[in-house]
Amino acid sequence: MAIAVQKKIKESAGDRAFLITIHIVLILVAIAVIYPLIFILSSSISSPAAVTSGKVWLWPVDISFKGFKVLFNTSEIITGYANSIFYTAAGTIISVILTIMIAYPLSRKGFFGRNTLMMMITFTMIFSGGLIPTYMVVKQLHLIDTRWALLIPNAIWVWQVIIARSFFQSSIPEELLEASEIDGCSDLRFIWSVVIPLSKPIIAVLVLMYAVGQWNAYFDALIYLKSADLFPLQLVLRSIIIQNNSSGNMDAAAMVERQQLAELLKYALIVVATLPVLVIYPFVQRYFVQGMLVGSVKG
Amino acid sequence: MIPPLLFFLVFKYYPMLNAVLAFKDYNVIKGIWESPWVGFKNFELFFENPLFWTLVKNTIMLSGYLLLAGFPIPILLALMINEVRNTKFKKFFQLVSFAPYFISTVVMVSIIMLFLAPRLGFANIALNFFGFHSVNFLGEPGMFRSIYVWSDIWQTAGYSAVIYLAALAGIDPTLYEAAKIDGASRFQKIRHVDLPGIMPTIVIILILNVGNVMALGFEKVYLLQNPLNLANSEIIATYVYRVGLLNANYSFATAVGLFNSVINLVLLLTVNGLAKRITNNSIW
Repeated sequence: MAIAVQKKIKESAGDRAFLITIHIVLILVAIAVIYPLIFILSSSISSPAAVTSGKVWLWPVDISFKGFKVLFNTSEIITGYANSIFYTAAGTIISVILTIMIAYPLSRKGFFGRNTLMMMITFTMIFSGGLIPTYMVVKQLHLIDTRWALLIPNAIWVWQVIIARSFFQSSIPEELLEASEIDGCSDLRFIWSVVIPLSKPIIAVLVLMYAVGQWNAYFDALIYLKSADLFPLQLVLRSIIIQNNSSGNMDAAAMVERQQLAELLKYALIVVATLPVLVIYPFVQRYFVQGMLVGSVKG
Repeated sequence: MIPPLLFFLVFKYYPMLNAVLAFKDYNVIKGIWESPWVGFKNFELFFENPLFWTLVKNTIMLSGYLLLAGFPIPILLALMINEVRNTKFKKFFQLVSFAPYFISTVVMVSIIMLFLAPRLGFANIALNFFGFHSVNFLGEPGMFRSIYVWSDIWQTAGYSAVIYLAALAGIDPTLYEAAKIDGASRFQKIRHVDLPGIMPTIVIILILNVGNVMALGFEKVYLLQNPLNLANSEIIATYVYRVGLLNANYSFATAVGLFNSVINLVLLLTVNGLAKRITNNSIW
């Protein structure tokens, strides 16, 4: 409709200039966003010497996969990768189940005290006991230095509860529940055979958000874990790139080559840690947008 | 229903109780509840600490900068994307601008460090190429805030713009037609239709952002910190981590953390109240 009107009335010169400016700005922004990403990808598959001498500008120079080869021969990285996959899978399952378990009852109008409960849950979003008191709870439960410490203390995000709750409220009509109750359907049965099948979009959103969050998380691991064999990839990444503890078992002969390789390894590591998320992302982007919109409708 | 409630009680409300630590002199053997009360001693220690003003200043300056620079940009982006009629370009732009959001904090900081590395970093190679001297970006306390804020904008602006785009999509199309018939230019249309249309969203997001002023992304500050830039990069949250967990000074760190949380809550309530009175929008 609006488009039709615009086409009928001719664009003025000022408007056209305005539009062109907007397009140019957006293209520049897009370049600024994408350039660092391409640069890192190119660097990771260039030769060590080309990277450290600054020959790589946009496209890879002297393509070599040396960085990746060294990477996949380093035991701590393999362990980190395996751990991250485990935390992501297990954490996502736990989080999604718990979130639905609380969001669904809160979406039902007949649920006793739902507004008070919702208030109490939202309150935790803006006020918390703080780092140390939370750490003490985890310690009292003897979760320190166990895999559970990464799966449980942060399992539910209030924001996801809000999103899921408003989805249930708007897309599963109260009448459906009444109808099934008349047919003698129990609450559990109703959730399992009516709610879940109808909620695929929101479940997809929850899975994605929690999975990305879990894959990228490192802070809980930093404070709760001590044994290196439990470390997720992000923590390994931190120790290698940010703290510069390049692992000792690289077999490069000369010092220079060794340093160049260490530099290259950093690029390769970034690619390896980010690729899973970025590869899936274009396919799931619309679910993300959908999820954000569902959440923002009711604020 | 029970397990999630347990979760909130154990991991969210129980720590609030544990925050009484702030008023005690924690003793490992006696535990939290048996340790002796000391009143506000831990808070007084913090206020008298020579670092107190530096910490408060660094926290507020960093988040204030982030708010001033980072808040308007997603709005501008959304308004611009909204003008684009070519759906393919629009989709492509959103796909690209959204992507950095998925990069983890550790990777983000790694990228910053690789780009800004003293000798081999891309930024310095570029500077040298144009005949300038190398700069040790992360070693300059004065550059810390800008590095933090602009990398944050790079990472999240595209993501944040989506909410405003949704609000723009909800504006009544007849308003545009009316504006068109009145002979409004595109710029006037943005000023008189788009902006007022998304005002409620802008206010809500602003309130939420101000409510986060004291709750800065600790992870990223901590990772970007080094002994050279500490003068500007030590914020309350990193200080709590340092004295609390690393030096096991639990009571004192809890007091500092509690101070932070309370200020944050007060800020949120104040801004919310102001917004309610001035614009009639609020989060409750």
